[in-house]
Amino acid sequence: MKAKIRKLIVQVDEVRLEMGQPVNPPVRKAVAIAVIENPFAGRYRDKLDELIDIGEELGGLLGDKCVEALGIEGSQAESYGKAAIVGEAGELEHAAAILHPKLGVPLRKAVEMGAALVPSAKKVGTLGTAIDIPLGHKNAAYVRSHFDAVEARVSDAPRANEIVVAVAITDGGRPLARVGGLQKHEVKGQDGLR
Amino acid sequence: MIEIREIFTQVEEIFHEFGPPPAKPLKRGAVCAVLTNPFAGRYEPNILPMMEKLNPLGLEMSRRLVQAMRVETAAIEGYGKGAIVGSGGELEHGALWHVPGGYAMREILGGAKAIVPSAKKVGAPGTRLDVPITHINASYVRGHFDAMEVYVPGAPAADELIYVLVMSTGARIHDRVGGLRAAEVKGLDGLR
Repeated sequence: MKAKIRKLIVQVDEVRLEMGQPVNPPVRKAVAIAVIENPFAGRYRDKLDELIDIGEELGGLLGDKCVEALGIEGSQAESYGKAAIVGEAGELEHAAAILHPKLGVPLRKAVEMGAALVPSAKKVGTLGTAIDIPLGHKNAAYVRSHFDAVEARVSDAPRANEIVVAVAITDGGRPLARVGGLQKHEVKGQDGLR
Repeated sequence: MIEIREIFTQVEEIFHEFGPPPAKPLKRGAVCAVLTNPFAGRYEPNILPMMEKLNPLGLEMSRRLVQAMRVETAAIEGYGKGAIVGSGGELEHGALWHVPGGYAMREILGGAKAIVPSAKKVGAPGTRLDVPITHINASYVRGHFDAMEVYVPGAPAADELIYVLVMSTGARIHDRVGGLRAAEVKGLDGLR
């Protein structure tokens, strides 16, 4: 593996009640996080291929970790998102190299499809910086009930020369979604939008 | 009386901390239950009836944590517990967790001997708690003195409580400050 991983974290958030109303079945959001060394910390590099390959490795590893933690088949996953926090000796473009070129293909394999764009967020940060990972339906970006976010944070990372990479996968939308819009059973799933 | 709104689990797998990676990575896990505080907003003199009602939750959370860590119970070497009380409650409501949380873990882990270390505070949504960890059979095992930071995004609301259990599979990843070793534990008094 090209990624030098110091730490892996998997968390699952299961909501059973919201405003006193039962959520049936409970909505679960999994987040898998890798803390990796930034091979380009402290210097400007024109080519970021190594980080692009690391993104591909992590898309599969973290996607599979999320599905496993939810205890579901990949096909049952409903929404997804991704994010990265770059330690201060790196640049925002390092996050872009991990997240955008190659991470999506193995992640989509983990959820057995994924016609829609994987929503993302990135920032430069320090130890304990939190990032809100945006979430969207995996096959149709306009499914309004699945517009959401989940917070990720590692108390001792990223150190200056590290990058925190996070993938989120859910088995449902917001707990009591009721603001209309495209519904998941109406999804055609061909263009990734509707 | 026990109304659970949310359950949050988190498992860390630590490979190194800038030293030589040991053959076996360290796992640390936490499970947090967010529940309604039935005593929020008033002083209730008699809170003890809730304590016994928390026993099944303690057992469910202990099992869920071991399962989330994907290890056998025999692999668990350290533990701790904690509580975060929403602003409408008092610290004493967090103290209700000592007995049901502690005894549930000891039972699931086959009669662990050592006292379960704990921390608690009153806090707003997103408050972080450093939950202390020590060896399950001997509190003086120095390599296992540790802590895990936990929080649940968006909780506790003013009328909620968060009860926390934490487990680990071994010593700190680059443990090297001496003291009693896990291999030397007699395991009779819970201390050494």
